[in-house]
Amino acid sequence: MRFALSDDQIAFRDAVRELLAKEATPAVVRAAWDAPAGQLDRGVWDSLDAMGVPSLLVTEADGGMGLDETFLVPILEEAGRVALPHPIVETAMVAAPLLGAGAGMVTTDLGGPLVPCAADADRLLIRSGGRLVVVDPAGVDLTPVETVDRARRAARVDHTDGEPVTDDPAAVELALDRGALGTAAVLIGLGQAMLDRTVGYVTERHQFGQPVGSFQAVKHHLADAALALEFARPATWRAAWSVAHDEPTRARDVSMAKAMASDAAEMVGRKALQCHGAIGYTVEADLHMFLKRTWALARSWGDTAHHTDRVANALEGTPR
Amino acid sequence: MELTWSAEEEAFRAEARGWLEQSLAEWRAAHGGSPASGDTREGFAQHLEWERRLFADGWAVVSWPEEHGGRGASLWEWLLFEEEYYRAGAPPRVTQNGIFLLAPSIFEFGTPAQQAGILRRMAAAEDLWCQGWSEPNAGSDLASVSSRARRVDGGWVLDGQKTWTTRGAFCTHLFGLFRTDPASARHKGLTYLLVPLDTPGVTVRGFGRLDGDEGFAEVFFDEAFLADDAVDGGVVLGQPEGGWAVAMATAGSERGLTLRSPGRFLATAERLVALANDRGDVTLRRRATAAWMHADAYQQQTLATVTKLAAGAKPGAEASLTKLWWSELDIELHQIALDLLGPDAEAEGPWSKGWQFALSGPIYAGTNEIQRNIAAERVLGLPR
Repeated sequence: MRFALSDDQIAFRDAVRELLAKEATPAVVRAAWDAPAGQLDRGVWDSLDAMGVPSLLVTEADGGMGLDETFLVPILEEAGRVALPHPIVETAMVAAPLLGAGAGMVTTDLGGPLVPCAADADRLLIRSGGRLVVVDPAGVDLTPVETVDRARRAARVDHTDGEPVTDDPAAVELALDRGALGTAAVLIGLGQAMLDRTVGYVTERHQFGQPVGSFQAVKHHLADAALALEFARPATWRAAWSVAHDEPTRARDVSMAKAMASDAAEMVGRKALQCHGAIGYTVEADLHMFLKRTWALARSWGDTAHHTDRVANALEGTPR
Repeated sequence: MELTWSAEEEAFRAEARGWLEQSLAEWRAAHGGSPASGDTREGFAQHLEWERRLFADGWAVVSWPEEHGGRGASLWEWLLFEEEYYRAGAPPRVTQNGIFLLAPSIFEFGTPAQQAGILRRMAAAEDLWCQGWSEPNAGSDLASVSSRARRVDGGWVLDGQKTWTTRGAFCTHLFGLFRTDPASARHKGLTYLLVPLDTPGVTVRGFGRLDGDEGFAEVFFDEAFLADDAVDGGVVLGQPEGGWAVAMATAGSERGLTLRSPGRFLATAERLVALANDRGDVTLRRRATAAWMHADAYQQQTLATVTKLAAGAKPGAEASLTKLWWSELDIELHQIALDLLGPDAEAEGPWSKGWQFALSGPIYAGTNEIQRNIAAERVLGLPR
């Protein structure tokens, strides 16, 4: 038993963290709010690609890194910390194991009907009945949808033709689990980013002649936020292990991770907004971009009720 | 990351499970099938018998060295034992304030003579230890304790009053904080003393807790002479006037994983899920499942914590987060059970009893308000 990241996992994660801090700044996320459909800037994406992140799960023989979900989950948490607009979960977690390396930037409707970065991606992985097919977005009718988080760059995709990928229900189920797991990791990262920003803000902001973070009412909000993340994060790590090792508890563990990460990130978001006060309720402060991504992701790839029911069914079926 | 148990650990688990199953059945049968609560006078004697069974077969303090009555088990094996212990439905430990709170501090601060004199008798439930920290005017503000110990030839003279002492009316010894430098203030000038409760001048009065058991006591010290050798190895733990550091180490054990391991809550969560499957609607079933997840998350977080401890890290302020989690989890689990039971919930039974006990969790071991302050200041670094 060793419940900790390995030195290699930490080194890879830290390298990605350093890259994202430089190249996925709030200005980059803001630019993704405004760029026309199909024109999402790929600077940071290309850097991630150069590090091998999108094809991390692909075997070395097929041009990938041959690593598993226990490497990818901490990296996706970093993507959440910067609210990365690009479809990294959809590409690295969901599509790459099915399509191999070199499929480019891929998005999918497996997470829900509002497909992120639909016009920006190189490929669409879409559900067609019980099958998955892949198609070039250029040949598909996309209906853009204005979402609360414009950096989602979402569209509805009404299309069922394409190159067959798989019709194996187990493969589809695994893709859904991977998407939920990756999204859980992103949500933990979003929550951590909102907490960190808020700790910084309440330390700087003075009222009544002292930092507002010295008041117990504020401290208790943020202690609750830290608490939720402290206990939701290990659930994502355990789920990563279960997916990587195809454990019999995989569905239960993934659903638990997603339910807890969604709830934790939403709760942290409320606390962060409250502790920022009025400045948090503006589009000028960066907080809103993290908050809105959190709302979107908490309900994509299955909401808390869906995943809780999945855990309930797993528990009923397998008494310990 | 390696999230599987080794063959040796699984064998340890199987051995513990087998022993618990058989021994619990024997113990229960010896007491008419359902022994009384360990926090009642009648039940305490029955639970002492259970403790002595545990000790006789080497299961009382599995992680201690053999010389002190343990079996030298790793922290991992200790966790497995705890899991099996509560899964089997074994009772809360009446020795817990000794073996889980005082003992870690004896290992850390005690002299070899104190370790030899105290630990084995504690594990065997021959000496029963209770905690003497809180006073009528020192609760959350523990550093304001005013009970005094005056140095005299060959010992100390104790004066003052302690309160909220769990199982004080049934225990034989008390570990407590006393002001030994009358000119001192706050956390300076305190000494951690080990006191036999039969010392002349010490009076113990038990009283009922909210859950009805005589689980509380107040302890009065009236010119009580505590001889230096009243406890084998000496009555001062750590340095004289250095009691605060020892107390904070004990508090870390109380808030962290040793007092309230995940196994206890996992077992309750599994019973709750069974109850919800039996009689819950969709909403209640979801709430029960969420509570199960919170219990399982405590297990996962503990595995991460033990990984750090096994690598040599010291428990830190994160113990405050752990205490918040398990105390609120216990309330959540029992609240849902009451909602599942509906009008039956008011009947005395394991769930109503557990609910009443759970309500004490956010109060003892440092209130949750204090824990939130600690977490905010020492984990998040917010200004004091």
